[in-house]
Amino acid sequence: MKFLKAHTPDEAVRLFGQHPEAIPLAGATDAMVAWNVGRLNGKIILDLSAIDEWKTIQILRNSLKIGSLVTHAEIQRHPVIRKKFSLLAQASSQIGSTQVQNRGTIGGNIANASPAGDTFPPLAVYNALIHTVSFRGPRVLAFLDVFAWVKKTRLHPSELIEAVEIPYPSPVPKRWMFRKVGTRSAMIISKTVAAGLLWMNKDATVNKLRFALGSVAPTVKRLKTAEAFVAGKRLTPDVVEHACRIMADDISPIDDIRSTAEYRLQVSQNLLRSFLKF
Amino acid sequence: MVVKFVVNSKKRAYKGPPFKRLIDVLRDDFGLTGTKEGCGEGECGACTVLIDGQPVNSCLVPVGQVENCKVETVESLGSSAELHILQKAFLEEGSAQCGFCTPGMLMTSLAWIRNGGSDKSQEIREYLAGNLCRCTGYQHIINAVIGAVREYKKAKARRKGLFLPSPRVSGERAG
Ligand SMILES: Cc1cc2nc3c(=O)[nH]c(=O)nc-3n(C[C@H](O)[C@H](O)[C@H](O)COP(=O)(O)OP(=O)(O)OC[C@H]3O[C@@H](n4cnc5c(N)ncnc54)[C@H](O)[C@@H]3O)c2cc1C
Ligand code: FES
Ligand code: FES
Repeated sequence: MKFLKAHTPDEAVRLFGQHPEAIPLAGATDAMVAWNVGRLNGKIILDLSAIDEWKTIQILRNSLKIGSLVTHAEIQRHPVIRKKFSLLAQASSQIGSTQVQNRGTIGGNIANASPAGDTFPPLAVYNALIHTVSFRGPRVLAFLDVFAWVKKTRLHPSELIEAVEIPYPSPVPKRWMFRKVGTRSAMIISKTVAAGLLWMNKDATVNKLRFALGSVAPTVKRLKTAEAFVAGKRLTPDVVEHACRIMADDISPIDDIRSTAEYRLQVSQNLLRSFLKF
Repeated sequence: MVVKFVVNSKKRAYKGPPFKRLIDVLRDDFGLTGTKEGCGEGECGACTVLIDGQPVNSCLVPVGQVENCKVETVESLGSSAELHILQKAFLEEGSAQCGFCTPGMLMTSLAWIRNGGSDKSQEIREYLAGNLCRCTGYQHIINAVIGAVREYKKAKARRKGLFLPSPRVSGERAG
C-alpha cells in the first residue's frame, strides 16, 4: 500500500491527477472498515485530512459553503447551520455515534453514496450544490446529480469534492422536518430517512413542497410527483392521502437485512402524511 | 513513515506503515494496553481515545492521520493512589462488571464533562450511545457520569463553549 498525503488543495489535485486509481481518505470512518477486511490491500491512498482549506464553513451572502472535510460534529455545533439549516444539523447529530461524528466528514458521506446517507435528504431539499476540483478544473453539480447508483457517484476519475454549498431557503419555510427511522435510536443505519420543507400561500394553499427520502431507492429521492401534485392545493385529507399514494411512483424500496419493501413504503407514507397534516 | 504526535502529554515518534490502526500503535508499539478492541469496526466504542480532546474510535484511525495531534488514552486518568473523579465515580457506583467497556466509557465521559456536558441522563445517554456495554445495563454507568459531572462542576470553574444541546427535530413557524 502506498500512502500519499496532500497538504493543500493544489497538491491533492496534482497527486490525484498523477494517480487516478488512488482512494481518497477523509475521516476514514468508511475507509477503515474496508481496510480492516482487506479491501484496500495493495491500493494507493490519498490522504486529504491535512488540507485545512477544506475544513472551513464560509458564510456567503446567499448561501453557506461547507468544506468537504468539515465533520458531522462541527456541522451540528455551527450556529448558522443550526439556525438556518436545522435539518442538516439534525441529520449530522444522528449519524453513528459521537465518535463517528467527530471523524466522519460531509464530503466522505456524499462520496460514499450509501442509499442510507443521513445527510442526503436534508441536502436534497435544500437544493445543495457540490463543488468539485480536478486537474481538468472546477465543476459544480446539483446535489442529486452526484449519485449514479448504490455506492456509485458520477464523480470523474481524479475528481475530489471540495465543498457543499447550500442556498438559504427564502422565504423561510412554514414547516420543516427531519426524521430518521431505525431499529434503535442511536448507532443505526437508517431504514428510512426523510426531510421536508413546506411553503404556504396566504390563502392556505401550498406554495411549494420539497420532500426527500433515503434508503427507499438506490439513491436519495425527491418526491417530484407528490411535490407537483400538492402545489396550489389546500392540504385536505383527500389531497394528503392522494399525495401519499402517488409517492410510490417516485421510490423503489427493497427488502434487505434491515427491513422489507412493504414496511419502508408504509413508513415513508406515514412520514409524508404526518408532515403534511402536522 | 515516521509519525510524530503526543500521547498523554509525552512526545512520541512512530515508525512504520502509515495505515496501521492507532489502536495497534498504542497497544503494540507503545505498550498502552488500557485501550481495548471490541469490534474493530467503529460499533462498540471500547477503543475510544481522545484526539485533540474529542472522542474517536482508535480502531478507525490510521496512524498516518494523527501527525502533530494530541492523543489521550485511559492511562492519562488518575493512578490508584489518586483516582480521577470519573474513576472514583465508576468505582463507587459499581459501573464495571467485566470492565472491558470501561476504558472507552471513561474516555467518552471525560470529553463530556470537560466539554461542559450536563448532568441530564438523556443527554449523557445520547453522547455515550457509541459505547456498548454487555454487562451492566448502563444505569450504573450513567449514574456515575451524572455524579462525576456534578463533582467536576463543583471542583472546577465550568469550561464553556464546545458543547451545545441538540436542535429541534421539526417545527412550525407561527402565522
Ligand atoms: C459505526 C459507524 C456508524 C455509521 N453510521 C452512519 C449513519 O448513521 N449515517 C450515515 O450516513 N453514515 C454512517 N456511517 C458512515 C460514515 O461514517 C459516514 O458516511 C461519514 O460521513 C464518512 O465520512 P469519512 O470522512 O469518514 O469518509 P472516508 O471513509 O474517509 O471516505 C469515504 C469514501 O468517500 C471518498 N471520499 C472521502 N472524501 C472525499 C472527497 N473530498 N472527495 C472525493 N471522495 C472522497 C473516499 O474515497 C471513500 O470512498 C457510519 C460509519 C461507521 C463506522
Ligand atoms: S473496537 Fe473500535 S469501536 Fe469497537
Ligand atoms: S462491564 Fe462488561 S462490557 Fe461493560
